[in-house]
Amino acid sequence: MNTSQPILAVKDLRVRFRTLDGQVDAVKGINLHVNAGETVAIVGESGSGKSQTMMAAMSLLASNGEATGAVDYRGRNLLGLDKSALNDVRGRKITMIFQEPMTSLDPLYTIGNQLMEPIRRHRKLGKTEARKEALRLLELVKIPDPERRLKSYPYEMSGGQRQRVMIAMALANDPDILIADEPTTALDVTVQAQILTLLAELQRKFGMAIVFITHDLGIVRRFADRVYVMRYGEIVEEGVTDALFSAPAHPYTKMLLAAEPTGRKAAPPTGAPVLLEGRNVEVSFKIGGGFLAGPPLFLKAVDRISLALKRGQTIGIVGESGSGKSTLGRALLRLLPSEGSIRFGAREISGVSREAMRPLRRELQLVFQDPFGSLSPRMTIGQVITEGLLVHEPSLSSKQRDARAVEALLEVGLDPNMRNRYAHEFSGGQRQRIAIARAMILKPKVVVLDEPTSALDRSVQKQIVDLLRKLQADHDLSYLFISHDLAVVRAMADYIIVMKQGQIVEEGLTDDIFDNPRETYTQTLMAAAIDVKKFRIAS
Amino acid sequence: MTEIAAVAPAPIVGRSFWGDAWARLKSNKASMVSLYYLIFMAIICVFGPFFVPHQYTTIYPDYVRTPPSFSAYPKPEMIETALRDTVKRMRVDVEEWHQEGEQVYVTVTSSKEVDERNTRYIDRSDTFDNAKVESKSPDGLKMVLSATVKQQYFLFGTDNTGRDLLSRTLMGGRVSLAIGLLAGVVAVAIGVVYGATAGFAGGKIDEVMMRIVDVLYSLPFIFFVIMLVVFFGRNFVLMFLAVGAVLWLDMARIVRGQALSIRRQEYVQAAEALGVTRRGILQRHIVPNLLGVVVIYMTLLVPQVIILESFLSFLGLGVQEPMTSWGVLISAGAKNIGTANWLLLFPAFFLVSTLFALNFVGDGLRDALDPKDR
Repeated sequence: MNTSQPILAVKDLRVRFRTLDGQVDAVKGINLHVNAGETVAIVGESGSGKSQTMMAAMSLLASNGEATGAVDYRGRNLLGLDKSALNDVRGRKITMIFQEPMTSLDPLYTIGNQLMEPIRRHRKLGKTEARKEALRLLELVKIPDPERRLKSYPYEMSGGQRQRVMIAMALANDPDILIADEPTTALDVTVQAQILTLLAELQRKFGMAIVFITHDLGIVRRFADRVYVMRYGEIVEEGVTDALFSAPAHPYTKMLLAAEPTGRKAAPPTGAPVLLEGRNVEVSFKIGGGFLAGPPLFLKAVDRISLALKRGQTIGIVGESGSGKSTLGRALLRLLPSEGSIRFGAREISGVSREAMRPLRRELQLVFQDPFGSLSPRMTIGQVITEGLLVHEPSLSSKQRDARAVEALLEVGLDPNMRNRYAHEFSGGQRQRIAIARAMILKPKVVVLDEPTSALDRSVQKQIVDLLRKLQADHDLSYLFISHDLAVVRAMADYIIVMKQGQIVEEGLTDDIFDNPRETYTQTLMAAAIDVKKFRIAS
Repeated sequence: MTEIAAVAPAPIVGRSFWGDAWARLKSNKASMVSLYYLIFMAIICVFGPFFVPHQYTTIYPDYVRTPPSFSAYPKPEMIETALRDTVKRMRVDVEEWHQEGEQVYVTVTSSKEVDERNTRYIDRSDTFDNAKVESKSPDGLKMVLSATVKQQYFLFGTDNTGRDLLSRTLMGGRVSLAIGLLAGVVAVAIGVVYGATAGFAGGKIDEVMMRIVDVLYSLPFIFFVIMLVVFFGRNFVLMFLAVGAVLWLDMARIVRGQALSIRRQEYVQAAEALGVTRRGILQRHIVPNLLGVVVIYMTLLVPQVIILESFLSFLGLGVQEPMTSWGVLISAGAKNIGTANWLLLFPAFFLVSTLFALNFVGDGLRDALDPKDR
């Protein structure tokens, strides 16, 4: 399929942003090319400039950005083209799909409208023909019942289906190049696998080139012909996928390949006491209802789940989005009203009041997924970390609190000199360490970790996993580790609960679940996740 | 990183949210110019009246509706009329008059003896000062009087009753800015507390509190003010009350919306998980994170208050003579637009430029504080 004739060539591209702190060079003079019909992956961690490269090529930079160099598409330099000339290429011959299928579709228009509009404009077709064409595209991306879907609004569709619609829109004008910017990052593993398979099939059918921008090496290995590895706005290594994966030359590539979390956690001693126990825990949400609105609908997010967390144990809760795993974690900490019994040590805590719960809060802590949203932007990190001490050890002087903050920061491997800085001055991994320090400063017994590594780069993930394991060993902590990322769960947990639609599908020791999953749901989950890492679709 | 454990570390001070916002605002030229302009306006309105030679209440009967001028009054051609007017009040006739520099000499005659005390008529006039008897004929029927011409400046001209418009404009500015600021602060204070409480408490409490706001919204503003005036009489304090009572409603709604969304932020949930009390969450998390929006809204609220006050004063429900405000001055100016347009132009320029500057500052603040831009 590779005709080895470049249709897109990026030469000495530089992207610069003017910010308050002066100029920031996001891309520092890179060269790359895309041949007709091939799949090229641009890999890098966040901030490496991989997305900005393609945004610059499509003239989609933010207003304070500026690109120099050349982006040649079939002999025409796209940089510096005027808007109408650019639109001949952009959206027709080169199209893009983005990471967020939730926000890339306009919520006010039906899928049909959104599909038909560009077709009618670019190809000057009538309404009925455009509709036929839209239907054909939806069939192409394998959306079930396309006739009905034409009339539905984006909110009626799942993330995976929306991403399919985005792909259909991108294909509408028979493009030469499809740029996919992290197209599966926001999706569940099983859906991710389906979307990738679809893209591979479509590529075979239409012979377009695909530029994959991703941080996930699993996808790259499975999908791409050639790879560019980017770091700090430069390409550090490039090559054919198999060669690059089997013999990486640059230390950074080696580091990325080795960034998979490793190691296993041993089960706690058999005599370990049960710290947190839930029996038939149930959480239901009321939807709608009220005066004139009829009876409300009750949605069971967590349906009669029982678990027992021993001292020093880590229970991994695995499931796709919407399976109720986060809700369960919060219900066990009594942050959400629930039914059933929850015991902490010898004490029943399921019915106790807010006030009575307060002294127990220091023993039961929580770390969130989003290290950007979970730290208040108005407080210094010193204040963020010591907030719990204000509640639980009000007798401490501000000096003592400061000393405790220093201690906690050192424990999570951050420079305590930074404690008067604000959260926005830190990277994602550093912020997650801050969030962990906030929980650890209270010396808790049980910590619920709600996807603590999902928003982070692979290499940072590994560090956080190592940190969490070290803290657990040092303080004999019990973790409830909620995640959809099986590789991380495998490295963290000694016991696993698989959840689907609020119920437990399967549970058991980590190795048992991974080696012989009994239920079909667990099997598909494993297959989707592991396949991405190991195998490659024949193309 | 762990090696530095032993030394007590001197923490590095980070750039705070507000520091960041200030840096952004500083790079916005229009906003900074407006900000300096506002400061300048506030200073001249507060301290200006002390340095203007005329009181805002002083009436100069000789100078009714004098146009603005950079040169001093009286103008040469005005001296004679002023002199004749003054002398007429002494019930004597002018035989001859002439001017030597600042000094005016007038020879008056009468059929009766001229009283020396007549000089006070001259002193009483706005144009002359230091009246003296220079010489007197032996029969007392003729007298030579001298007086200095009082040099007066009316940079903005004078109004219908002969009051200096410059000092009145500055006084009006004082009142308008004070009402704007005070009623603005009152509205913001009530609105933030009420809205944040409703938004954070949620559920039934929120419902009840917001329905009360809805009921107050439905009261027509002017009707409300007229009612207040009827019951309590015209009163300066009433202005704050009326304006503040109406404008906090908007603030409360905006703040409630913000509080609702902040409450769902993970850092608030994290604080709940730490066991922080409701009050602590409100104080440390919700209110500080609201402040950006509040500051922006405040800069838009102040012009609104000033306009409302002007409107009420225009209708005659606002501040009372001789106290004045920009609204009162504009209302008076509008009536004289044909004959004395400066009465409208100067106060209107002050009001409009201040409102412009406030809006520019508000715009700049919105850009500087908008978290989406970060």
